[in-house]
Amino acid sequence: MVSEKNTNQIMNKIRVNRWKDQLFKVWGVACTLIGLILLVVFIGDILIDGIMRIDWGFVTDLPSRKPEKAGVFTALMGSLWVLVLTTFIAFPTGVAAAIYLEEYAKKGRFSAILEINISNLAGVPSIIYGLLGLEIFVRILGLGASVLAGSLTLSLLILPIIIVATRESIKAVPKTIRDASYALGASKWQTIWNQILPAASGGILTGVILSLSRAVGETAPLIVVGALAYVPFAPGHPLDDFSVLPIQIFNWISRPQHGFIENAAAAIIILLLVTFMMNGVAVYYRNKWQKKWK
Amino acid sequence: MRKFKEGVIEKTLLTSALITVAVTIGIVSVLAFEAIRFFKEVSIIDFFTDTQWTPLFTDKHYGILPLLSGTFLTSAIAISVALPIGLSISIYLSEYAPKSFRKTVKPMLELLAAIPTVVYGFFALIVVTPFLQGIFPNLSGFNSLSAGLVMGVMIIPFISSISEDALHAVPKELREASYGMGATKLQTAFKVVVPAASSGIIVSIILAISRAIGETMIVAIAAGQQPRLTFDPTVPIETITSYIVQVSLGDVQHGSIEYRTIFAAGITLFTFTFILNTISYGIRKKYQSNYE
Repeated sequence: MVSEKNTNQIMNKIRVNRWKDQLFKVWGVACTLIGLILLVVFIGDILIDGIMRIDWGFVTDLPSRKPEKAGVFTALMGSLWVLVLTTFIAFPTGVAAAIYLEEYAKKGRFSAILEINISNLAGVPSIIYGLLGLEIFVRILGLGASVLAGSLTLSLLILPIIIVATRESIKAVPKTIRDASYALGASKWQTIWNQILPAASGGILTGVILSLSRAVGETAPLIVVGALAYVPFAPGHPLDDFSVLPIQIFNWISRPQHGFIENAAAAIIILLLVTFMMNGVAVYYRNKWQKKWK
Repeated sequence: MRKFKEGVIEKTLLTSALITVAVTIGIVSVLAFEAIRFFKEVSIIDFFTDTQWTPLFTDKHYGILPLLSGTFLTSAIAISVALPIGLSISIYLSEYAPKSFRKTVKPMLELLAAIPTVVYGFFALIVVTPFLQGIFPNLSGFNSLSAGLVMGVMIIPFISSISEDALHAVPKELREASYGMGATKLQTAFKVVVPAASSGIIVSIILAISRAIGETMIVAIAAGQQPRLTFDPTVPIETITSYIVQVSLGDVQHGSIEYRTIFAAGITLFTFTFILNTISYGIRKKYQSNYE
């Protein structure tokens, strides 16, 4: 028999539990909104600080000591050079490594080591890659603080991201496609090149674009490699000195005059525009690709 | 012929895969090579016990402790922001939120991690520090508090996204059994789902810590360049990463002791992140097949 007192206690407990449940729900919504609100505040504040400064001259002007005359042209061109060179170096290498790991490597100690190694590389702080680039590319290979040295450094930095993304997309290709290709007499490489890579291309592209957007925003490793804050001309050759947008922004933030803060905000708008556009394209491809196999 | 071609292709692919191993060997040997030369001039005992780090002054001291305390301080502030918020978001999105809400909000939060860190640095220095100075008038222009807080916002998606994936992977049956016993969503979340997903949640936290330790631009911009052994969040400090940036911006001769200090600092940083990454990899491997 349950006494009336006990029943009351239990009812009370249920009420308290329901109340706690509702309270957590409110807290959860609040936390989620805090994240989103901060995102809006960040972007809004930077827009207010910098949007008035952006005009055609700001994009095409060379750097200057006077904030109102300074532009981002050389930094923007530097970023473009880095983007193109990094794509050419990291894209084929990363995809090739992923194909090897997914299609060729036999399960065993060797492939286990490769896997642990890649997972570890993905967690190495970017500034450490800068130290690697400084010693190997800048000093030992004698490339100097050039666009090529910077791009090679960033390529190594994003290699693990490309490899992981490519492996995931190759894994998602249904086995039936592979079987059909082999049944028609195709060799292993023919199957990979003609069937698996086209089928996985959406996912691979998403991963590559996301990793490149990260490379465009990187500052620390390029500072260590020796990219300059002031470059009088846009690079015209892979071995030229260079600056990139994030370094230009960093340089402007560290100056006391208020005009440079405005410049920094304006340059940030351009950098964010590039980053968000690349992310948007990547998400678009991901969605398109996900539908394909469902 | 066909067999030969296939063989060449396989070798080419293998070479690409081996590049990743070469990168690791490169990192370790470059750091070790320069660090060993550093320790020929500086005693390793001084390095770990001296409480001053002044390689760029005339009175030189090479104690890593002030840089470590700076790194620890900013990371601790960041984690204490990101952990409760990130975890609450992940539980809310996985257990409470409608599916459509979850699908739109998750990529938006992940955008926080896509913003270049130099932008967060700008925000910490130009917006957050002046705002906090309104509340704490004796806050310095450079301090670990605003750098840590902003870094915390940056790593929220690391915790929320990976934890949410782990919570989401917990089978529905476990939840239904708990609801069937009369438990509320909150009780189910904390007593059934979170424990079942604990390995994934721990991995997300370790990754976030590792990320915070290695973060460079936010602290280089907003936390100052004054190495000091303190846990006071209102004064300028210096982290391992911002010291490397400071030296790289200056004109330091290759082969000088100043040049080698950045590698000694670098190998210390690398050791910490390497340990954290290895632990998280181990946990992931051990529990990977739990609910698959």
